Amino acid sequence: MDSLDLSRWQFGITTVYHFIFVPITIGLSALVAGLQTAWVRTGKEHYLRATKFWGKLFLINFAIGVVTGIVQEFQFGMNWSNYSRFVGDIFGAPLAMEGLLAFFLESTFLGLWIFGWDRLPKRLHLATIWTASIGTMLSAYFILAANSWMQHPVGWRMGDGRAELTSIGAVLTQKTTLVTVPHTLTACFLTAGALLLAVSAWHLRKGNQEEVFRPSLRLGAWVVLIAGAGVLITGDVQARVMTEQQPMKMAAAEALYRNTESASFSVFTIGSLDGKEEVWSVRIPSLLSFMATGSPSGEVEGINDVQAQYEQQYGEGDYTPIVPVTYWSFRLMIGFGGLAMLVALAALWFNRGERRARSRWLWIAGIGTVAMPLLANSFGWIFTEMGRQPWTVFGLFKTSESGSPSVSTGEAATGLIVLTVLYGILAVIEVGLFLKYARAGAPDIPVENEADDRPLAFAY
Amino acid sequence: MDLTTVWFLLIAVLWAGYFLLEGFDFGVGILLPFVGRDDRSRRLAINTIGPVWDGNEVWLLVAGGATFAAFPEWYATLFSGFFLPLLIILVALIVRGLAFEYRGKRDGAAWKKRWDTAIFVCSLIPAILWGVAFGNILRGVPIDANHEYAGGFVNLLNPYALLGGLTTLVLFTLHGAVFLALKTDGPMREQAGQIAETTALVAVPVAAGFLAWTGFAHADGWGIALSALAAIALVTAIPLTRARREGWAFTATAATLLLAVAALFVTLFPDVMPSTLDPAFSLTVHNASSTPYTLRVMTWVAVFFTPIVLLYQGWTYWVFRKRLTLGDIPA
Repeated sequence: MDSLDLSRWQFGITTVYHFIFVPITIGLSALVAGLQTAWVRTGKEHYLRATKFWGKLFLINFAIGVVTGIVQEFQFGMNWSNYSRFVGDIFGAPLAMEGLLAFFLESTFLGLWIFGWDRLPKRLHLATIWTASIGTMLSAYFILAANSWMQHPVGWRMGDGRAELTSIGAVLTQKTTLVTVPHTLTACFLTAGALLLAVSAWHLRKGNQEEVFRPSLRLGAWVVLIAGAGVLITGDVQARVMTEQQPMKMAAAEALYRNTESASFSVFTIGSLDGKEEVWSVRIPSLLSFMATGSPSGEVEGINDVQAQYEQQYGEGDYTPIVPVTYWSFRLMIGFGGLAMLVALAALWFNRGERRARSRWLWIAGIGTVAMPLLANSFGWIFTEMGRQPWTVFGLFKTSESGSPSVSTGEAATGLIVLTVLYGILAVIEVGLFLKYARAGAPDIPVENEADDRPLAFAY
Repeated sequence: MDLTTVWFLLIAVLWAGYFLLEGFDFGVGILLPFVGRDDRSRRLAINTIGPVWDGNEVWLLVAGGATFAAFPEWYATLFSGFFLPLLIILVALIVRGLAFEYRGKRDGAAWKKRWDTAIFVCSLIPAILWGVAFGNILRGVPIDANHEYAGGFVNLLNPYALLGGLTTLVLFTLHGAVFLALKTDGPMREQAGQIAETTALVAVPVAAGFLAWTGFAHADGWGIALSALAAIALVTAIPLTRARREGWAFTATAATLLLAVAALFVTLFPDVMPSTLDPAFSLTVHNASSTPYTLRVMTWVAVFFTPIVLLYQGWTYWVFRKRLTLGDIPA
């Protein structure tokens, strides 16, 4: 492996790992803010207990999301200096905006929220968590605008050996950004909803604190269903945008080699070892054409045809991503997301009214939902990033040209090993803490004491 | 003023803000084993920076992002060139951030002790390495015609840069001690005050040595003037600390850091990363910058949002303005 391969592995690992925590942060901050709003408006104690319980889990998760985000900000320069030189004029702008508009907001107001329980008036304190929550969404918007530019560069011209920005408005409001942002945000809510559902299911199965966890289970399940519907709708639009902008990615998502009308979608395929031929598959007629074009009879371009076209356009070379990876990550993304929705539906149905689900398996599935959106998110990113290969900036700049010439193989290997080992250790610690607080259940709220000299809430 | 100059200044402001704010966070972390005899007093020390450290660290992220946006060549050369030291800093910042958040989330002396050690080590290392990094930027590093760093890791460990590392270490420690004295009451205030007095006596010769070396090496009029002002501010901190006028002492150490960063950037200008191989290979505000259009866009963003950030971060400090005592920490 050379420095470039090692950097690719590092980027993949650090980014997928970071994005385990990000959706939980984005979704859960808004849900915690919602629960706190319910408490402020109704004064019902179980809302406060729920706020504190989910707030604690949120903070454990937020901490690791923040610190792993530092690597994200710096590794473009460290491992991808050629890329940074080529795109900095454009790509740097949304990144800097994310820092100035979003990171400051999140970190400062979360500090106020954590330590402000007794220092700030109730409503002002409530405003701090909402502000932090808006910060997390703004952050998503800017970084997705940057990523969308890599998928579909707009508002640029070729300058002296680099891409130069001609319209920031185009970058921030292009179709790709506008559809990716709601797709990602709804997925974040799906993730947080599944977390609520899973932890609540764990407690309800044992009969713990029904007054806190029954409403939480319902809230979680509804969030999964509503957000899930949003993910489906936005994903549908996104598939068409992607087919138009990156036909190779759509072809690779289905492993479709030839241009095909009324193309079917295979739910499952067993292929030959090199992945180029199909041995057996389960297919839904015309679905791929519908996903890609909006019409069941539409023509979907095949890998071989796009490859031939790209060779003409960009010169000789292999413009096909690793097909088994795109094929399976696309299915697993949809499959795990859909599975979470099915479990949520079942959880709502079997716990409707005063009823309580009796099936042990349903409770176990409910607890398992926590993993489903996390896997779906990761596979979604693996699909969209691997599907863009061999490009870092589609049609403009290749991954093979993007690395850092001054970073040696030894340095890149050190970076990869150090960060992977560190992230592994942190994962164990994080999951351990998360389980501890999830198991502990919602805290009892002490009688309010408004005296000024009471100990700090949430003191470290 | 040329927009490249504006952005050079803005990035200097971001680094100055970072050193001013995270400087005392690092200082508090470094002092943790010395001021905290038991768990409660260690918690007291950590809680002085508890509500703000994360927001303070964002200054670094924004400095990085702004460098990427305004001077992509600088961002690329610097971050890939200083790969290993940056990796060490990143690891330290990751572990340190989690240590603050996680140390209190489990009972058990071993758990807390491990995180306390992490806070100390992971505050100490970046406090030194930032000085080493800036020392090297100022001194110049081997940069070739393609703007690639052509030296190794060992190249970065030269006497001047190491003195820079020692300087940031003692300045941050002093700044942190003064901050602790300012933000606490009772025994911690007194102890931190005493540490500040002692540290100041070390900080003055070290920082003066580094600034004087910088002045002699570069002989830049404005740089020398600012360095002299930084030195005066630092010396002023000594009697103020002795008199336990913590607010003024903090103003003095804050001014020291701001003026020192200003001196470094003024000395550097118009280079952003001078090359020791050939001055023609040096990165400057002109050959490392983004296009005027990008700079204009980013200027509007910065002009509009920086004051807002300053306002709400300032408000945070006002909300948590009260001095903490052991009584504030739940048993």
